[in-house]
Amino acid sequence: MKTEQAATADQALKRTPLHALHLELGARMVPFVGYDMPVQYPAGVLKEHLHTRAAASLFDVSHMGQIALRARPGALKAAAEALERLLPADIAGLKPGRMRYSFFTNGQGGILDDLMVANGGDHLLLIVNAARKQEDEAHLAAEIAKDCSVERQERALIALQGPEAEATLARLVPDCMGLRFLEARRLNIMGAPCLVMRSGYTGEDGFEISTPADIAREIAEELLADAAVAPAGLGARDSLRLEAGLPLYGSDIDEATSPIEAGLAWAIPRPRRKGGAREGGFPGARIILDQLERGAPRARVGLRPAGEGPEARAIVRAGAPLYAEAEANAAIGSVTSGGFGPSLDGPVALGYVPAAFALPGSRVFAELRGKRLPLTVVALPFIMPRYKRS
Amino acid sequence: MLKFTEDHEWLKLEGDVATVGITTHATELLGDVVFVQLPDLGTKLNKGDGAAVVESVKAASDVYAPLAGEVVEINQAIVDDPATVNADPQGKGWFFKLKLADVAAMDGLMDEASYMKHIG
Repeated sequence: MKTEQAATADQALKRTPLHALHLELGARMVPFVGYDMPVQYPAGVLKEHLHTRAAASLFDVSHMGQIALRARPGALKAAAEALERLLPADIAGLKPGRMRYSFFTNGQGGILDDLMVANGGDHLLLIVNAARKQEDEAHLAAEIAKDCSVERQERALIALQGPEAEATLARLVPDCMGLRFLEARRLNIMGAPCLVMRSGYTGEDGFEISTPADIAREIAEELLADAAVAPAGLGARDSLRLEAGLPLYGSDIDEATSPIEAGLAWAIPRPRRKGGAREGGFPGARIILDQLERGAPRARVGLRPAGEGPEARAIVRAGAPLYAEAEANAAIGSVTSGGFGPSLDGPVALGYVPAAFALPGSRVFAELRGKRLPLTVVALPFIMPRYKRS
Repeated sequence: MLKFTEDHEWLKLEGDVATVGITTHATELLGDVVFVQLPDLGTKLNKGDGAAVVESVKAASDVYAPLAGEVVEINQAIVDDPATVNADPQGKGWFFKLKLADVAAMDGLMDEASYMKHIG
């Protein structure tokens, strides 16, 4: 059997403030976008995944970028308006304590990165992908630094996700219970100023907590002391987001995918659409808004095995070509993410297909080890999210 | 006595039939096994041919024929319940039985002490 070799320690890898804690918890560490990160703990990906959906898990996502934008001098509105030149969200209308999902676009209508934007009252906090944070910072510095300051925040980011997340966090900071999905509030945890966001990447209710680096470990240990909470690594984070149908930058979305074909039109609000108060005005607007009106030639879809029996448990992974027929020669698309979905007890995948195949119930075939495996296009997400919306 | 390959398979010889599985160390590298595909009965394999596929939550891995032979039995139990591979890799989690073309070839494989040294 050929397996990937265990990662060797690399001196050049960066460490998050929770690195030592991961080692003490017995994590298997892997290099991930320049960081030495826990892919799993002794419980393993399967149990960590299921525990997140049943109780609560703690994830270290401190490798992600946290960038603060501040207007200088004066009103935050100037920073919001500047940011709107780079993405198709309504930031000017984003109230203090609220968050939005958005994406930086390029002139071809592709996606440079996806991100969360939180209005922290006196600043906008951008949470960006670890793999893109340097590019994002450079992009912001080049495009909007004349209108606002762009500051990297050297802070930790802890995600607490799952149905027990609220009860657990409330023991440390009762005020967290007042937050609904996509609300953010500055709260003190163990005496330290934190930004508590009701958000996540698992399809579960939960929080993402930006903390000062020097107290992150104490907060993590306090949360882990709760019997409901277990640590979870990047492996479970990936299977959880996959079941929740959430795209992963670099796999499901990139500079060559438009937000419309990626199924992210919902994140483009009316004021930025055609006829809106601030129509367009972001890179690639013409292409993206045209696609929004007329439809995109292809679409990101959910895929599940169509057959039954053991064959239907074979996992179709990223890169597998997709075909219209069991014998067709030319691929019509490909799988961009695929794996085993522990909560569905079976394979799940995301991929791109032509618009004509995008309706739920459509049949496509994936090539796997020289065979064509029938797949059914299904509506996303695969699992019903349990965000706290009210 | 068990014999081992560099690719983390184990073999147990009875007569001219070797039972083949993957090692405890291999399952630790793989993580939770969620899918196993076994060869058809009667398949004739050369040494190094892809014989089975084992998928964990993390990756798909090929299991290669450690020696030449014919598949005379497969373990349907691990297809029906792949977690058996993690629970008992060097026992109930065996993959297939191979009627060896050349029993003497077993001598070329590692014993347990050598394998332990190999995986460090």
